Amino acid sequence: MAECGRVDSNTSHTMDKSITLPPDEIFRNLENAKRFAIDIGGSLTKLAYYSTVQHKVAKVRSFDHTAKAAAGDKLYEISMQEEVTARLHFIKFENAYIETCLDFIKDHLVNTETKVIKATGGGAHKFKELIERKLGLKVDKEDEMTCLIKGCNFVLKNIPHEAFVYAKHADSEFRFQTTNPDIFPYLLVNIGSGVSIVKVESEDKFERIGGSSIGGGTFWGLGALLTKTKRFDELLQLASKGQHASVDMLVKDIYGGSYGYLGLTGDLIASSFGKSATADKDFSKEDMAKSLLHMISNDIGQLACLYAKLHNLSRVYFGGFFIRGHPVTMHTITYSINFFTKGEVQALFLRHEGYLGTIGAFLKGAEEDNPNQYSWGENYAGSSGLMSVSPDMNPMQRARSGTFDMLEMDRLERQLVNLPLLQDPSSYIPDTVDLTEDALAREYWLYCFEEALDGVVKRAVASQPDMPEAALRAEKFRQKYRHKLQTLRQQPFAYGSLTVRSLLDTREHCLNEFNFPDPYSKIKQRENDIALKYYQKAVKSLDELSWEEKQFALVQGVLAGNVFDWGAKAVSDVLESDPEFGFEEAKRQLEDNSGVDIILGVMPFVRELLSRGTEVVLASNSGPALNDVTNGELQILTERIAAMDPVIEAGLREDRLLLVQSGSSSPCLDLSRLDKVLAMVVRERQTDLVIIEGMGRAIHTNYYAMLSCESLKMAVIKNSWLADRLGGKLFSVVFKYEVPAGKPNKDCGAFSPS
Amino acid sequence: MDKAKSMVDKKGASGPFHVNNGQSQKVFHSHVMVATNGSCCSSSSNAFGSSTVPSGSGTFENMHHLHRGDDAECSGSPAKRCRLRRRTESVRKHRPPFPWFGMDIGGTLVKLVYFEPVDITAEEEQEEVENLKSIRRYLTSNVAYGKTGVRDVHLELRNLTMCGRTGNLHFIRFPTQAMPRFIQMGRDKNFSSLHTTLCATGGGAYKFENEFRMMADLELLKLDELDCLIRGLLFVDRVGFNGHPECYYFQNPSDTQSCVKKPCTLDNPFPMLLVNIGSGVSILAVYSENNYKRVTGTSLGGGTFLGLCCLLTGCETFEEALEMASKGDSTNVDKLVKDIYGGDYERFGLQGSAVASSFGHMMSKEKRDSISKEDLARATLVTITNNIGSIARMCAVNEKIERVVFVGNFLRINTVSTKLLAYAMDYWSKGQLRALFLEHEGYFGAVGALMELLKTTEDP
Repeated sequence: MAECGRVDSNTSHTMDKSITLPPDEIFRNLENAKRFAIDIGGSLTKLAYYSTVQHKVAKVRSFDHTAKAAAGDKLYEISMQEEVTARLHFIKFENAYIETCLDFIKDHLVNTETKVIKATGGGAHKFKELIERKLGLKVDKEDEMTCLIKGCNFVLKNIPHEAFVYAKHADSEFRFQTTNPDIFPYLLVNIGSGVSIVKVESEDKFERIGGSSIGGGTFWGLGALLTKTKRFDELLQLASKGQHASVDMLVKDIYGGSYGYLGLTGDLIASSFGKSATADKDFSKEDMAKSLLHMISNDIGQLACLYAKLHNLSRVYFGGFFIRGHPVTMHTITYSINFFTKGEVQALFLRHEGYLGTIGAFLKGAEEDNPNQYSWGENYAGSSGLMSVSPDMNPMQRARSGTFDMLEMDRLERQLVNLPLLQDPSSYIPDTVDLTEDALAREYWLYCFEEALDGVVKRAVASQPDMPEAALRAEKFRQKYRHKLQTLRQQPFAYGSLTVRSLLDTREHCLNEFNFPDPYSKIKQRENDIALKYYQKAVKSLDELSWEEKQFALVQGVLAGNVFDWGAKAVSDVLESDPEFGFEEAKRQLEDNSGVDIILGVMPFVRELLSRGTEVVLASNSGPALNDVTNGELQILTERIAAMDPVIEAGLREDRLLLVQSGSSSPCLDLSRLDKVLAMVVRERQTDLVIIEGMGRAIHTNYYAMLSCESLKMAVIKNSWLADRLGGKLFSVVFKYEVPAGKPNKDCGAFSPS
Repeated sequence: MDKAKSMVDKKGASGPFHVNNGQSQKVFHSHVMVATNGSCCSSSSNAFGSSTVPSGSGTFENMHHLHRGDDAECSGSPAKRCRLRRRTESVRKHRPPFPWFGMDIGGTLVKLVYFEPVDITAEEEQEEVENLKSIRRYLTSNVAYGKTGVRDVHLELRNLTMCGRTGNLHFIRFPTQAMPRFIQMGRDKNFSSLHTTLCATGGGAYKFENEFRMMADLELLKLDELDCLIRGLLFVDRVGFNGHPECYYFQNPSDTQSCVKKPCTLDNPFPMLLVNIGSGVSILAVYSENNYKRVTGTSLGGGTFLGLCCLLTGCETFEEALEMASKGDSTNVDKLVKDIYGGDYERFGLQGSAVASSFGHMMSKEKRDSISKEDLARATLVTITNNIGSIARMCAVNEKIERVVFVGNFLRINTVSTKLLAYAMDYWSKGQLRALFLEHEGYFGAVGALMELLKTTEDP
């Protein structure tokens, strides 16, 4: 009966109209908003809308060959274009602000196509009239449970690290779960004022298999009666300080010790409130609140286990206002589940649990747009992340810090799926080091990204010399990203497991937010121009080598090219100080000739594979990330190379060389979220060798990835701290070739350059 | 149990071989008691069970278990003869000496069953030690003991034959809190001299074991509470309730108007789900008298009801709490489905009258200020009862058992709960499950303990 819980006439906050909303941060992109949904609970309102975001994107376009002279020597042009992308905005705020928020929306809403607002939650009824009057939209009520399930499916599918296990006393309290591509079936235990237990079997098939009237409302209502404490948060606060053993009758109170015969330990609660059946004793509020919390959590946990057992389900998610990020309740529920299932079932919680209802209501309204056919990604720049929920924090403080919480989801251009060659998709973890758990590594990388921030800002400004306000935007970017880093220092779990990848992605998201879509585009352009001039010379000198020397040189070429990574601290330090550094320096470090990553490193390697008769699928980023080549750039480069190189030309013509986008816009690579087309090609071509190149893709991620075919991971360690950690020197080479049992041949290689 | 002072107010004993020489009592308590085989023993208080002196021989009528050969063995020193006797007793399975008690020391209540023999012959009466007599008289002529001890007269099982003796089985309860006083009394009245085995079950058998030993020189025979519960239950069901069935159920549980209590028998009782609601709750799946498992338990039991009621209403006793509950209306406290949806929640087949959130209305200050203590007591009762019903139902489904038997003192004088449980089992299982109840709700553990005492000789 979860849904029931949200109505609460008690939380009669005064309608605070005096607050001013910072429009830059809250209700962003409202002018283009078109679909609305609202979920009004007992104390919080969650608003959802769909909007479009205009972004500058760097597009590359090949020059017409006839006009080549006019364009100088550049091989392609870069133009900044406006691109419109779809974004979902979700905002959570206290019901007290609802009127202010509605006014704000009314004043800023430009789009007038919208006629209906989808509504769910117990409070939807109460505020129906207000919403209709303020916004002039018809309130269309949707079933709560349906919305909840829809929302749950959506976050489980689209947000990596959505679900976590809570372990109060572990090094990191939150243990995020890897995204299992197959999310069904699962059990959702929604603890609102009552409890609903729902079995979800597929996108549209779910059933309320049980419930209980003992839920959050019981804790709140009974707690208020017993302790004269009105607020839910304050009750939890009391509970976290109490000693339940003074109120509860424990096994040892009855037995004098444990009940060994049944394996019941002495500290087990035999009878909740069993000691309070007396008139001549006073009990502290804290102790009673604690006892009540245990009683309710244990009861819910027990029922959940009974239902999980009956329906043979091992994934049990808990949500509802009783849970909502409260460490106290997550801990007691986890404890209860462990106790009753002896560890067979884990209690799982969701980062965006509070948004499920509104996401679902929104999806109901957007059904005609088929939102489920797209992949979505959490935008780290626009999302608040999981709030710190320390039980020691003053509840008032907590309430304020959580006043406006946001989640933004970008609609991705491409649908993302697993790499079909993953040995076990359900256990695949892209990231090599989990910084949430590794405090030392976390410390270092946060410091590293903070140190690098000035350089990134400088480059961002430099990338847009014609735009005078670029400096201002870059400054805003700096503030935003620095704030994110500070948040992550306090709450490493804010966006799921903290990793080098997530730090890099967050930076990309922040850069995009302030219209710096590709700060490296010009540098890449220049490098590519230069490298292209060397291409033929490089290929020629390679061809002069003996077979063995050639193989060695080819690999060195790939690795040397890999040194040109502006993201790596050691490299960018050198590059910033000496603009002439680059190719020659890299050669010196590796003592051999090479070329810039893609043209002089990867292409000759590809060429060699092609000339052996190997089919090559060359996968590259869909969108820009640092100085990594994008698929768009690579298309042009390959065309140009093909014009000078018959081997590449033949490869393209005969369809033995395919250029496919990876679906990623990150310097790292998540093999569980790859472009559907790439996955299809990999499957169709029966790829039997995967080469992953570069520090981001082969070291920070995928170092431990197990594939069902042969794989080669190659990179140069460009970070001295990491080199130390791995027990090597700066600029050491990682060349990791793995063969799964019984797979000898290779006919076709997939290649993913950095 | 203040009145219990009179229980064994006379020291010494009367009998053919009584050796009461006053001054030497502390060294050699010469109380004479009926030994297992009907012969008399005198005993020493500081050596319970180890230095009984057999004296006299089978002079009683009801001595069909007595083997004449015993006398031949009763030679040598008294102590040696006694040891011999005890050994042979255990082999030959003789009747234990009176008094026969079975005790179940729970978290809240102590349940005591006492077998009062009514077939005592004149000789037997004469031989009976005064202590024993006074215990019998005290227990059977009172219905209340001290401030808090109560004999449930209406539950008395009359003319019961146990172990070859005919008598009445009495059912007595008092709060576990009074346990120290009870032990004190045992000491004051020199209970240990009676030389009976005190069979005890429940957690208190363990918790108070030392106190019994130290304070009253009594050695408890500790028994597992679940073993006792099942054995006692099956026994009482078998012997019936003074000619009536022990078991009952509710006909038409879903209809408050036509819902009536109907007696029934537990013929072929297995498998059954046994839900014992004491301070806490234990749920057992019982497949035969000796084959059962504890499926689960919950800490939300009778103790929770009473504990919360005391905190919420200031009441002090179970009776008071139930009295209030019977007058209250829980819908003023609980939030119902219809309070949220205006009616049924059809999408999930939930009736509007179903409780959506126990105490859910109490989130609102207005509502908190407007409800009565009676409403709160009722809501507490309904909440606890429904929850037990819900867990029991899930266990029954998981264990594939259709018969759910509810016992325990929480159900005493508690028709609100029994009817609610009957309704919940029927409604939520769509008639698949049947809730059964037993008249002697909370006493089966104690009966089981008594049976352990008589086990060696019990006639089936």
